[in-house]
Amino acid sequence: MFRTIALTLCSIAFAMGVQASDAGYPLDHMEPDIHDQASLQSGMQTYMNYCVGCHSLEYQRYKRTATDLGIPDSLMLEHLVFDPETKIGDLIENTMSEENAKSWFGAAPPDLTLHSNLKGGPDWLYTYLRTFYADSSRPLGVNNLLFENVGMPHALVELQGMQQKVCKQVPRLAANGGDMRDPLNNEFITEELCGNDLVERGYSPLELVEGTGSLSSEEYDQVVYDLANFLYYMGEPARLDRTRIGWYVLLFLAFFYVFAWLLGREYHKEFHK
Amino acid sequence: MSDEGIDSKRRNFLIGATSVVGSVGVVGVAIPFVGSWNPSARALAAGAPIKVDISKLEPGDIVGPIPAWRDKPIFVVKRTDAMLAALNDKKSRLADPDSLEEQQPTYARNDSRSLRPDVLVLVGICTHLGCSPKFKPEVIPQDFDSEWMGGFYCPCHGSKFDMAGRVYSGVPAPSNMEVPPYYYEGDSVLVIGVDKGAV
Amino acid sequence: MASMEQQLKGIMRWVDDRLPVTETYEKHMSKYYAPKNFNIWYIFGVLSFVVLVNQLLTGIWLTMNYVPTGEGAFKSIEYIMRDVEYGWLLRYMHSTGASAFFVVVYLHMFRGLMYGSYKKPRELIWVFGMLIYLALMAEGFFGYLLPWGNMSYWGAQVIVSLASAIPVVGDSLAVWVRGDFNMSGITLNRFFALHVVAVPIVLLVLVVLHILALHEVGSNNPDGVDIKKHLDEDGKPLDGIPFHPFYTIGHDVPAIVMFLIVFSAVMFFFPDGGGYLLEHPNYEPADSLKTPDLIAPVWYYTPYYSMLRAATFPLFGMPAKFWGLVVMAGAIAILFVLPWLDKSPVKSMRYKGLPSKLFLGVFVICFFILGYLGTVHPTPGRTIVAQICTAIYFAYFVLMPWYTSVEKTKPVPDRVTM
Repeated sequence: MFRTIALTLCSIAFAMGVQASDAGYPLDHMEPDIHDQASLQSGMQTYMNYCVGCHSLEYQRYKRTATDLGIPDSLMLEHLVFDPETKIGDLIENTMSEENAKSWFGAAPPDLTLHSNLKGGPDWLYTYLRTFYADSSRPLGVNNLLFENVGMPHALVELQGMQQKVCKQVPRLAANGGDMRDPLNNEFITEELCGNDLVERGYSPLELVEGTGSLSSEEYDQVVYDLANFLYYMGEPARLDRTRIGWYVLLFLAFFYVFAWLLGREYHKEFHK
Repeated sequence: MSDEGIDSKRRNFLIGATSVVGSVGVVGVAIPFVGSWNPSARALAAGAPIKVDISKLEPGDIVGPIPAWRDKPIFVVKRTDAMLAALNDKKSRLADPDSLEEQQPTYARNDSRSLRPDVLVLVGICTHLGCSPKFKPEVIPQDFDSEWMGGFYCPCHGSKFDMAGRVYSGVPAPSNMEVPPYYYEGDSVLVIGVDKGAV
Repeated sequence: MASMEQQLKGIMRWVDDRLPVTETYEKHMSKYYAPKNFNIWYIFGVLSFVVLVNQLLTGIWLTMNYVPTGEGAFKSIEYIMRDVEYGWLLRYMHSTGASAFFVVVYLHMFRGLMYGSYKKPRELIWVFGMLIYLALMAEGFFGYLLPWGNMSYWGAQVIVSLASAIPVVGDSLAVWVRGDFNMSGITLNRFFALHVVAVPIVLLVLVVLHILALHEVGSNNPDGVDIKKHLDEDGKPLDGIPFHPFYTIGHDVPAIVMFLIVFSAVMFFFPDGGGYLLEHPNYEPADSLKTPDLIAPVWYYTPYYSMLRAATFPLFGMPAKFWGLVVMAGAIAILFVLPWLDKSPVKSMRYKGLPSKLFLGVFVICFFILGYLGTVHPTPGRTIVAQICTAIYFAYFVLMPWYTSVEKTKPVPDRVTM
């Protein structure tokens, strides 16, 4: 009986493998819109300025991206591509060698062309880029709520500013599950919660250090939304055409079905006597 | 099953109509199969027009056979005035002096076979069997031609072309050297591989 | 015009003198008499054929751009998805088609279970069908490695290492199958050859044999009645109708269009099937140092994967891993001998007794439960459920000689019922 349990647990451990596990932090949801070209363009701008140095998009070409995002080729090369030798038909590669990357960061920064698909959608990236916080125990000085002990620096820290893990005064929970109030002055009765307790209660365990970022909280959220939207597009550019063509195909098949059904009934009548 | 009760007209109409609509469907299904054979984005990128900066090209100099366009070596020659003058000399020795055969875009069907007289753009392939002709600009007697007016000489089988790439009569090569589509971007950058304004 | 018709007839005569075209067409289409009471369950054979054609055509077209090496495979898939015109559509037709193939084949097999299509004289049709099922599973297994994603790699790693559970020769066998000490580009290359050339040829041969064996004895029907027992004055079955045009145009054409509607809806709007048709971990390249959170095979293998994992204890000195392999192989092997396990005097479930109906119903439910369990992490509770369902799966077969002979059956009609 113990061997059964041991074997089962071993198989679970084997299946889970050895890798950094998600902290189980709940994901924030975003609705992507790959037809919002302005958003995709902004996302690409952020990506080329802050990300591509480490993270290539090596399965996608500039030309396709320019066409899909509504950017003329010359403007793409002028504003978004920093290597003058790059041609519009080239793949979006970077020059970081894998060995250098491993020695600097511990692991080679992965290519992100398909990362949105890998994570099951844009929510993960949207949450990840907003949950970095200061952590002096880490070599790069930051940690992440979603990706514990991540080897990546907070590339967008100059925009967002630095967040810190704090304890917060939050309303106590009343017996009925609502927030407890003082019946005399109707203010919340609070308690101090930290870390995971805050998360469980639905609050963020982080607080932004004022004045450390160039963007406001809403502006930064928009930047991250656009970036996640861009990477969602990047995971499958064909998505732009796929659903549209799908409607035409279904419409045609429905139309064809009418004829096929009538013709079938013609023969069906004959042998159903 | 008897033949009574079969409305032949209705049946034939339905067979016809369903077949017609069905064939539209078949064409639709064929589109991705046929379309996937078109040059992919990778082929288009590799076959894209190239840019050649000729700002530093001196008269009498040649750029080529590198860079290549679609795996074809390209020659770019900055012709001197003397070379240009010589183009009208001894045109009787040429097989197709007026470039009647379609070996060049319409804007290169002239004596200089180019957009601008001073710069010649050619595909550096001999029209006989594909060797790379040698650039022989000096107007001096050569052992392959005592009245050499300057131009290109192919070492493989002795074909001769003048300083506009026009083929001489009596040589193995049948046609003038090909002029690719090209245009000028500004004064000193050639975009080779596509006509101006075309995609 | 009379002369054109005569000319065509003349050409056909010339051909028929040298190759039995008209004779074959009549034998298998216009004069093949099928029972007139086919219902919706009889459409899945034709649909399997449609999906087979789809897989062959899209597969060939994908091979035109796919690179079967460890270094190039993953990138070539993205090349197809982005750079090749309509490449994304060909890829999705193939991946959705693979799942559609198993949906259709499972429903086709279920029809056989319901109506006793495997019973004498159709045992050989069933055996050929089971061989097709095996070949199909092999085809899917080899094919899934080809994208060289991380799930491709680890899924194949787990299944090939099953071979090492075989005593004595296991480890050498696993190395021999891989051609290397671990899954590598060498394995990829040979799986490519098997997936694109060898198994398709085997599949086509088996499908031809399957249909020839069927046409030799004639089709079964939902009542399990032998239509050849009652013939008209021309020797044609009274309850039969020519396959063409009554089934081909009367049933199959509209049904195929309806199938295409469902197929297109999935392919154009949910090609990744929420992670079940295109699994998320496969969006990164194979990495021998990084195991996915959960290694699960594609959904159509999950029932057997559950059975494999359900064997959790060693027996008679053999490790649990060995028994898992035995159970999994046994679950497939026992399907082969079904014609000889069913001792019922009647063919169709319509006339069998309550025990048969119950066993079939519970069998199906267990198959679905096992399928679900194969997609999630095993826990002690889930393992117990898997073990129970595996036992029921086997009970359906092992007890069949008993419950089919003792149960009370209903009288089978003489003629088909519509």
